[in-house]
Amino acid sequence: MLRAEGLGRDVPAKLLLADATFKLEESEVLAIVGPSGSGKSSLLRLLNRLDEPTSGTVCLKGVDYRQIPPRELRRRVGMVLQRPFLFPGTVADNLRFGPRQRGEELSEAALEELLSAVLLRSFAPRDVANLSGGEAQRVSFARALANSPEVLLLDEPTSALDEDSKREVEGVIQRISQKRNIPCVLVTHDVSQAVRLAHRALVLEGGRVVRSGTVQEVLSA
Amino acid sequence: MLKTLFHGQLQLGLAQALVAALAALAVVIAAGRRGIHLEKELAIAMARGLVQIVAVGSILLLLLKGPSWTSAFLLIAMIVAAGATSAKRAKGMPGAFRVSTWAIACGAGSIIALMTLLGVIDTPITALVPVGSMLIANAMNTNGLALNRFRSDVLAHVGEIETALSLGADGKTSVAPYTQVSFEASLIPAIDSLRSLGIVWISGLMAGMLLSGARPVYAAIYQFVLLAMIFASSGLTSLVSTLMIRSQVMSAAHQLLLRTGR
Repeated sequence: MLRAEGLGRDVPAKLLLADATFKLEESEVLAIVGPSGSGKSSLLRLLNRLDEPTSGTVCLKGVDYRQIPPRELRRRVGMVLQRPFLFPGTVADNLRFGPRQRGEELSEAALEELLSAVLLRSFAPRDVANLSGGEAQRVSFARALANSPEVLLLDEPTSALDEDSKREVEGVIQRISQKRNIPCVLVTHDVSQAVRLAHRALVLEGGRVVRSGTVQEVLSA
Repeated sequence: MLKTLFHGQLQLGLAQALVAALAALAVVIAAGRRGIHLEKELAIAMARGLVQIVAVGSILLLLLKGPSWTSAFLLIAMIVAAGATSAKRAKGMPGAFRVSTWAIACGAGSIIALMTLLGVIDTPITALVPVGSMLIANAMNTNGLALNRFRSDVLAHVGEIETALSLGADGKTSVAPYTQVSFEASLIPAIDSLRSLGIVWISGLMAGMLLSGARPVYAAIYQFVLLAMIFASSGLTSLVSTLMIRSQVMSAAHQLLLRTGR
């Protein structure tokens, strides 16, 4: 589905990521773990080309992603950030944002289906200013799903949440992966979360991949 | 009091400049005690301002007897200098000088040309250059405010902008809310000047017209004309500037280029 080949990025006087090579298979969750500053978020930003790699590339379904228009690439490779960054307005406005960028309108039925998937049925007319942290993050998942992505990139999506909200969001990630068969790359610093959610893991240290394999193999090493 | 001490016009002018500079210095010292250090910037700005205005005054004196079209060169030089000054308010923004100069040229330049053509601004150098410089100076301030606000808003909303990009929005759409706010904020001084015209603010131009024998009603109407022209040129400058700067902060692949720590 997604393949990174020798992916790297450096900025003046700083190496962010070097020579990252890995595959993301259909329906799997790949956890990226490592200490702060190890290059986890830098890697994720390269996968949907929010940043430009200085070496290597990424292939999406066998096609070099530089051959895909960036806006189309980002529709196909969705992203959920650590903070939800909802746009002012209602929940429905937020879900409609992505499809509107390509001139499509989300139907009421599709809207409700997306909200049901994140356990927020009937939240559509609510003002996002009145949502809890967990609800806001689940809206950001539904917003990303509204674009019908083929891959989802999750950048520490539960790190700013309390324990209850964290479990709810983890449930959403499991449903997305299992019921919708959308492969996910999950950046997390929480090893137990990686064990709960991921099939495989990749450990980054100092911008380099130091281990990769099944979650059990990697995290018990 | 100064007039009793200084009798020559030049000496009096320098003494008045010194006293006014001391007032500004007092403000800088007060700000410095609160940890806001403007000493260097203000000292350079005041020294530059004094030298520049004396130099321009001297040049005007030389050009007074020349044909009207020579004022065009002076105004173009002012626009370039205004672009350079304004661009400094957009630290780290790629293409700020180019954007500022084009925006001021489009905004102030086109209004000066149009108004001169229609006879709203007189063509003699003594009228065209001072009035033109007022439009350029205000356009420069507006442009500086617009770019400065845009820069700080973009840096404060990187998450929102990159979220929009991640959802498939193009670069211009992603920063659109911040261009709109920057445009509105940059025009606050021009709108307030227009709103408070005659009540809070009477410019030197009106005083000069009265002193040179113009009828008070005409001087008052021309004051409105001047502020309306300032608003038009500033507004157009800000509009062009905010439209142009959108594409400067994004790469061709719709990646945000203006971010801290990159």
